Amino acid sequence: MSKYLVNLKINNMPVSVEEGTTILEAARKLNFRIPTLCNHPDLTVAGNCRVCVVEVKGSRLLAAACATPVSEGMEVFTNSEKVRVSRKHIVELLLSEHNADCTKCFKNGRCELQDLASEYRIGDHVFLDLVKPESKILDISSPSIVKDDSKCIRCQRCVRTCTELQGVSALGVVNKGDHQRISTFFNKPLHEVVCTNCGQCINRCPTGALTERNYIEEVWNAIYNPSKFVVVQTAPATRIALGEDLGIAVGERVTGKMVAALKKLGFSKVLDTDFTADLTIMEEGTELLTRLKKALVDKDESVVLPMMTSCSPGWIKFQEHMYPELLDNLSTCKSPQQMFGAVAKTYYADKINIKAQDMVVVSIMPCVAKKFECERPEMRDSGYQDVDYVLTTRELAMMIKQAGIDFDKLEDEHYDSILGESTGAAVIFGATGGVMEAALRTAYEIVTGREVPFTNLNIKPVRGMEGIKEASVKIKGVKPEWDFLEGVELNVAIAHGLANARALMEKVRTGEASYHFIEIMGCPGGCLGGGGQPIPTSPEIRKKRAEAIYAEDSEMIIRKSHENPEVAEIYQQFLGEPLGHKSHDLLHTHYKPRKRY
Amino acid sequence: MENNLKKVDIIFEVDENNTPYDVLLKTLKRPADEIILDLIDSGLKGRGGAGFPTGLKWKFARNEDGDTKYVICNADEGEPGTFKDREIIDRVPEKIFTGMTICGYVVGAKEGYIYLRGEYNFLLKPLSKKLDEFNEFLKKNKIDYKIYLKSGSGAYVCGEESALFESMEGKRGEPRNKPPYPTVAGYNSKPTVINNVETLVYTTMICRIGPKKFKDLGTSDSRGSKVFSVSGDTPIPGIYELELGMPLHNFVDEFGDGDVKAVQVGGASGHCVPRKKFNDTIIGFEGIPTGGSMMIFNSSRSMYNVLHDYLEFFAEESCGQCTPCRVGCQQLLKGIEAVKRGERPPAYLDDLKKLTGTMKIAAKCGLGQSVGNPFNSIIDNFREEIIY
Repeated sequence: MSKYLVNLKINNMPVSVEEGTTILEAARKLNFRIPTLCNHPDLTVAGNCRVCVVEVKGSRLLAAACATPVSEGMEVFTNSEKVRVSRKHIVELLLSEHNADCTKCFKNGRCELQDLASEYRIGDHVFLDLVKPESKILDISSPSIVKDDSKCIRCQRCVRTCTELQGVSALGVVNKGDHQRISTFFNKPLHEVVCTNCGQCINRCPTGALTERNYIEEVWNAIYNPSKFVVVQTAPATRIALGEDLGIAVGERVTGKMVAALKKLGFSKVLDTDFTADLTIMEEGTELLTRLKKALVDKDESVVLPMMTSCSPGWIKFQEHMYPELLDNLSTCKSPQQMFGAVAKTYYADKINIKAQDMVVVSIMPCVAKKFECERPEMRDSGYQDVDYVLTTRELAMMIKQAGIDFDKLEDEHYDSILGESTGAAVIFGATGGVMEAALRTAYEIVTGREVPFTNLNIKPVRGMEGIKEASVKIKGVKPEWDFLEGVELNVAIAHGLANARALMEKVRTGEASYHFIEIMGCPGGCLGGGGQPIPTSPEIRKKRAEAIYAEDSEMIIRKSHENPEVAEIYQQFLGEPLGHKSHDLLHTHYKPRKRY
Repeated sequence: MENNLKKVDIIFEVDENNTPYDVLLKTLKRPADEIILDLIDSGLKGRGGAGFPTGLKWKFARNEDGDTKYVICNADEGEPGTFKDREIIDRVPEKIFTGMTICGYVVGAKEGYIYLRGEYNFLLKPLSKKLDEFNEFLKKNKIDYKIYLKSGSGAYVCGEESALFESMEGKRGEPRNKPPYPTVAGYNSKPTVINNVETLVYTTMICRIGPKKFKDLGTSDSRGSKVFSVSGDTPIPGIYELELGMPLHNFVDEFGDGDVKAVQVGGASGHCVPRKKFNDTIIGFEGIPTGGSMMIFNSSRSMYNVLHDYLEFFAEESCGQCTPCRVGCQQLLKGIEAVKRGERPPAYLDDLKKLTGTMKIAAKCGLGQSVGNPFNSIIDNFREEIIY
């Protein structure tokens, strides 16, 4: 259906926009910036902060530009006296209930309210301080997220994120009037509610009310400690986003610079989670084929399909709370981060002759749920906590700044060996559909001896930002040992963002759809949109990051996990075979049901 | 001076020979457009306080496409000092049901809802009994319409129509962005007519007595009569139906105790009128409109306490979603306290008055927009009482 064009004037300049466009969008078209706080490109319109108010000729009230559609002949003024006075009042009001301890705030310099306050030069503002002393008591119960109500401006972006994007609703609005705040079920600590630690709320919080639990000091201390051997692993999605926090354009890859910076920071070895991403494919691919054989040939009813990926710790916790009856569908594979930790403190420690107890494993992750994951009691198979500290992409950028490194000028460097070699299949783990694509590249070849039948190995149907993707691959010309798969149509599905995951789980639970394999990532866009990635985020930003990931894949020499030589080596020297005894001990785990309240 | 205050008996009048049931059956035989014309002709405006022309509202909803439309009776009477709907619901509920059914017929709705204030739950049982009888009557007469009851939970803001829809839909009662307006997208995002209890009764009565008798009452801007809730320093508090457009001094002569200092017209969100302005204040849409609340204060009352009470009420009852209202109400409350204690200079009151200017034009709904009414009218007229 084509839309009508609506003609209006903004600050006396004519503009024509499609019917249904908001004043805010129309003003952007004319390059008039209207400040916003509660508005976010990923979320429904709230219109509650009111900083975007504008004057519409003939109207008694100011209009919230974000929430008001244009109409024919409308005359809008974005900077009239009324607008300026009101907007300044609104910023002052927000500041009066905001704990403006800016210099001590983790978001200092990256706070949207601070920017507005600075823009309007609000110095010694007139209104009374309304910050409640009890609001300054932080919720630090979660290993991933810190909640500081004294910084909250009630824009409800976090609530909409948690409800609309993630379908979790751990955060909600409670009480009214002067007691209104953002809270949890019965005001319980975050760690005791259904929060999945995905951190998407952090990515959208305009102030310092929601931030990651940061471990920067702990990591510096480990680096400075001469008796510790500190190895660092970097997740696939960090290399395509780190630059954003260091003055580099969105979508620019900084893999080599990131490695160089990590070496300069003083890590003993700079290794790659991509290596264990490849390892994950070997284990998970084999697990899938084994499950298919047991189900299709042995008719083993204890085997459940579809199998679901288990790389995303936010998704895992979601499933533990929301669909405990489907926990057996999860792959028993640990996430690449945790496989890395377990392998680093056993195989790798032996190889380089370091005692596991002297080794500190640090992860650079696009994720805050990884902070929770590394503390799970299941993740101590090396005899120690397999991964010691998890830093977000953002925290790494801070460390780089603290160290005075001129990131842009760094020469590219390579990962250390071993545990540094990886493939294109591993790097695409960072985008939604990537694990699926990597798994198909390997599994198809194991079964048929031939490459997947897609041009340049690019399995396009599983790529893209659609919330739920479905695809089928017909398996033909199998090797004799896989003859039961001949002609089988392998049905797969992919979801990213937990609201989409929930929709897909409903299909599975009700039996509406039958898949063999499902990939789920807890965050919108997959890890590239993770809760630990640079802020801001938007559909456009995630699209650019995805393009960077696929560009990185296409330039890799090796693009299939089973061709990673270091992976072959670890099986030969240490693990034996996928799903073997040692793998079972170190690389696999089980999950447990959790209550919803 | 002669008191020409005119008492009227339309709302509560009972005529055994012409019951609401009779009016209903008669009216449903008339063309819908004719009913709308009658309502427009009568000049009836919404009695909840905002005063939107009722006939137009029905016309807008009638003109909307859509198979599903709703009629909602706003019985969330929460404005401090208002208690007239309670009496209407108690005494003449059939007139409300009839108005809703006529509205349903006119706009093409098959369902009506009465959203009853949470604090009026004691009315729920008798009301549902009468409603059952009415629904039974509709069924017997093959009228495809049914009225349901929904109970609020005690939030003042849910009297705001879009917050009321949210509440009915089971969500947190927070006002929506407008547009869209209810006649386009209201309850369940369907075209909805939402009218105050009293308005619906007047529609029934206009259908019975015709628009002429109604518009003969009142003034050109404020046609007809209105039910007032009279409270405060009066020897005769209670519910009175009076002709609209009366000068306030007539009202005070009738209801005051001889020592009236001020009248708060329109409840906490209304205006405070001091004695010196009684003569030239008209109660009606051309002067000071009211949803019915008339609170009388005599010289023993502290206007600081009055204002403080109102502001405490708003700071508590703001839904909290929009900045101007949530924070503004608190600043006004804490602000007059600070001035009273001498922690802020008297001139701070002027800063606060400017703030109400912002609240009036930038708050999301009528709640925040109207807090300036009591604030400014009390500060302007009783400034010394606030400061000292």
